[in-house]
Amino acid sequence: MNEIVQMFSYPFIVRAFVVGILVSLCAALLGVSLVLKRYSMIGDGLSHVSFGALSVAVAMGLAPLKVSIPVVVIAAFFLLRLRENGPMRSDAAIAVMSAASLAIGVTVTAVTTGMTTDVCSYMFGSILVMNQEDVILSILLSCLVLGMFLLCYHKIFAVTFDESFARATGVKVNFYNSLIAVLTAVTIVLGMRMMGAMLISSLIIFPALTSMRLLKSFKSVVICSGILSVVCFSIGLICSYFFNTPAGASVVLVNLLAFLLFWSIQYIQESISRKR
Amino acid sequence: MKKGNGIPMEETQKKPLLSCVHTRLGYEDRVVMDDLNISIYPGDYVCVVGENGSGKSTLIKTLLGLIKPLKGEVQAADCLKGGSIGYLPQQTLAQKDFPATVMEVVLSGFLNECRHRPFYTRKEREMAYQNMEKLDVLSLKKSCYRNLSGGQQQRVLLARALCAADRLLILDEPVTGLDPAAAADLYETLDFLNQKEQMAILMVTHDIQNALFRAHKILHIGAETHFYSSPEQYLRSEEGKRFAAVPR
Repeated sequence: MNEIVQMFSYPFIVRAFVVGILVSLCAALLGVSLVLKRYSMIGDGLSHVSFGALSVAVAMGLAPLKVSIPVVVIAAFFLLRLRENGPMRSDAAIAVMSAASLAIGVTVTAVTTGMTTDVCSYMFGSILVMNQEDVILSILLSCLVLGMFLLCYHKIFAVTFDESFARATGVKVNFYNSLIAVLTAVTIVLGMRMMGAMLISSLIIFPALTSMRLLKSFKSVVICSGILSVVCFSIGLICSYFFNTPAGASVVLVNLLAFLLFWSIQYIQESISRKR
Repeated sequence: MKKGNGIPMEETQKKPLLSCVHTRLGYEDRVVMDDLNISIYPGDYVCVVGENGSGKSTLIKTLLGLIKPLKGEVQAADCLKGGSIGYLPQQTLAQKDFPATVMEVVLSGFLNECRHRPFYTRKEREMAYQNMEKLDVLSLKKSCYRNLSGGQQQRVLLARALCAADRLLILDEPVTGLDPAAAADLYETLDFLNQKEQMAILMVTHDIQNALFRAHKILHIGAETHFYSSPEQYLRSEEGKRFAAVPR
């Protein structure tokens, strides 16, 4: 217990905790809608774009967040449009975009500054980089995401479950899709430097996928994903502090354990009900 | 009670729910259907048939007000304003494993009534129960949508459509993918809604035999032309002879 108190005496750990909990909460809530709409890969694509934008910003000596947030938001809009009526299959388009941004990021960095620890920490995350600006931005973001889910919950359900019906009953489907895309983009940019470009999309996908194993209603899946994501993040970060493991990877591993746990419970439940 | 005539005289006193007069449908760069004249009256049962790509989806989108006609307009009766047409879209792949209870799905039919209200009222909940009762899915209200059979899922979506509207249902290939028993069941449910609840029905379908048997009017959409008439007239027409190809 003492050690946990000691852990929180470091301001950078407190900042990492605040940002991490808020970002994982937002990611999980948005993730439910994204996963159910088969947009899971968008999170992955956006994180790579975010890596590219961040590397270019660092190489040019610009503020990382101010460059990458607009770039990733534009990329999110682009990916959504592709999905609707693109000349290219959207999964292929996302893969191309991911690889291209990653290549741009790595090349620009290698040519200018060389592969510093900075870039490595973007790839796999570091809790040391969180500053006051991140804390404020993540509080703003989570207010927006929670507000959206509280006020427009039924519209989000309708848009996720059945876009055509929602459109026919006069819901502004494109508006909600864009809102979700923009919020996802900001979540990814904020979370990426802590979790790492390679790992951030797991925050979006895992909690929803895990909750869907056991829960039967949309509302319970949303609530459970949020709670699960926060709990997994906290356990992951504490583990990484005590066992000296990388923070992002630890959080993902805890999420994986939770998924396997829920999956096996589902398996057992199903085999029991089949026997009856 | 089938009408013997394409545009029955006795219905001219009744006001149509939806009507298109010399309407041109299509997208910015492409005309899909020109000079469309149809009127849907209360209690009608209209089946829309035609080959894939002939413009059936465009017609539905236009009637629902999702795309604007290129020329003319779709006149809707006052009771249909503001998205209160019951729409049963084709099922999507994403819905196959969707975690939602039947109640959640049915209640989402009331979305058009709660513009900025973030919750459903008690009255809406009661109406949702009534509609589930009508379609015999009330006992499933707490079940998970993904665990239902195809026929049950369609009835749940019909209950949702009833929550959105009480005058007109627009259905997009509702029996596609159902087994014959579930399809027959769905047709009976539609007959019940049409005859007992006075619900007008417009259905896009490839099941031409049932369309001829049940509908009051057939709208055939071809590549160049379209044809709106009673099933009897349709069978005598050139398009009907070729498309319906009823073995006699």
